[in-house]
Amino acid sequence: MKILVCISNVPDTTSKINFVDSNTKFDTQGVQFIINPNDEFGLTRAVWLQQKQQAEVTVLTVGDASCEPTLRKCLAIGADKAIRVDADPTDGYFVAKQIAAVCEKESYDLIIAGRESIDHNGAMVPGLVAGMLDYEYITNCISLEIENDQATAAREIDGGKEIVTSGFPLVIGAQKGLVEESDLIIPNMRGIMQARKKPLEVMAANDADASSTVVSFDKPAPKGEVKLIDAGDIDTLIDLLHNEAKVI
Amino acid sequence: MAVVIYTETENGSFKKVAFEIASYGKALADQTGQKLVAVTFNQEDGSALGTYGVDEVVNVTGSFASSFSAKKYAAALAQVASEKEASLVVVSSSANSKYLAPLLAVKLSATYTSNVVALPESIEPLTLKRTCYTSKALSMVSSNQSVNIIGLSSNAFGIIETQSSPSQSSIAAEEASSSMQISAVEKVTGVITIADADIVVSGGRGLKGPENWHLIEDLAATLGAATACSKPVSDMGWRPHSEHVGQTGKPVASNLYIAIGVSGAIQHLAGINSSKVKVVINIDPEAPFFKAADYGIVGDAFEVLPALIEKLKAFKAA
Repeated sequence: MKILVCISNVPDTTSKINFVDSNTKFDTQGVQFIINPNDEFGLTRAVWLQQKQQAEVTVLTVGDASCEPTLRKCLAIGADKAIRVDADPTDGYFVAKQIAAVCEKESYDLIIAGRESIDHNGAMVPGLVAGMLDYEYITNCISLEIENDQATAAREIDGGKEIVTSGFPLVIGAQKGLVEESDLIIPNMRGIMQARKKPLEVMAANDADASSTVVSFDKPAPKGEVKLIDAGDIDTLIDLLHNEAKVI
Repeated sequence: MAVVIYTETENGSFKKVAFEIASYGKALADQTGQKLVAVTFNQEDGSALGTYGVDEVVNVTGSFASSFSAKKYAAALAQVASEKEASLVVVSSSANSKYLAPLLAVKLSATYTSNVVALPESIEPLTLKRTCYTSKALSMVSSNQSVNIIGLSSNAFGIIETQSSPSQSSIAAEEASSSMQISAVEKVTGVITIADADIVVSGGRGLKGPENWHLIEDLAATLGAATACSKPVSDMGWRPHSEHVGQTGKPVASNLYIAIGVSGAIQHLAGINSSKVKVVINIDPEAPFFKAADYGIVGDAFEVLPALIEKLKAFKAA
């Protein structure tokens, strides 16, 4: 079985979000980049499957050379090889086109991508890849087992979960629950040493066009001061929520 | 030409979000001088949409229409959108809408823009305001394609009533082939979900243990609210994952968000930022949540909550 895990290189969850160049570019100054958390849940599941199913796990990202430490980390976690498509990941459509092109050449059985990245929050890359390749697709995936050419997965739905079975090839939109936070693999020295020797292939991008362009970024208007209410004065809180905020 | 909207139903009734999508679709149809066509699945009576300005309801019938499949629903929606020559399709931010939207985008060679928070800034090219960086920022995005799918953020536009008398028809759409099958659905019934809730009551580590959650549940029941929790609470197994809100959990865009014993880590605040009014109750006056909240009480949850529940019950009864 061949598994492809798609990785976004994103600012750490605690990063201060600022923009430069007249608010058209994200300010990377002093920002630490990490594996997109939803992708990392997917990668961890893939590494388990690698051991259980003798699967080969490839990680892929679309980006410039600055993404390579993140790919090396994926290799240290346990992926077998890495691909970097050398292009600016302009939008979700462009990225999906690049992934789909690689999949057409390499024919993976299982493609895992985070249900959304924590930077653009487009929530579209796995779905677009599935649509472009006409593969089966399960997103918000919170469990995945594979047996005899069949996948059994759980999808988180509003207010519960849905258990589905599917054939392959299959695209999964990963999120927390697919593995637990405590299951995430912290690379050890041996993993880090091995990762240096694992193949990291750089590919040229295909000539797909982006389907959208970010014109500008903005930050939400700063919040007004909090109104503090005395702990003994619940009536005032209820009055404010009813008459001022009009939410109860 | 038409604006096509996907109006979701559950057990024969429209979900609240369907009315918000219709309200937004109506404004969009007026802005572009087009009619508003709503697509439903296995919903015989679409007349409820006449309160929100819908001109035409197309109900997809057939055996597959009775249970949601992203692939099959996307194919049917694409069929209707193509027949109506729609250049604008609007979907919600529900789990199901977000599931099918990218598949629909491929079918229609459309640009899909999610998390949209307002009517378009411009129609040619379509330029939309959306949230990004988990609601820590907004971006203005312009589309390069002539067909567009707009994914509207929950509670971003609101529900606006406009009377109309929609014509109703049904269509036996082609069923897309899929090897996927639903083998079971586990769903809590009679509980308001975070996605549907107007009010969300959330508990953090300050509650000290799962045995104290009856306070959160009582408050939620009093307000008709959904219950939620912070990441440490779900990581420790005090509450199920499905209640975890924040950057790696569920986003919340309710009208009122009440956080009790939640310190307000940046990742938590990112996930709940889209809520309109935030109330924090925390014993620590230095908790970062006080900087993000509209109203705050510095106090012991175990003293404030029983009093709040009691007073709210009296308020509701009045």
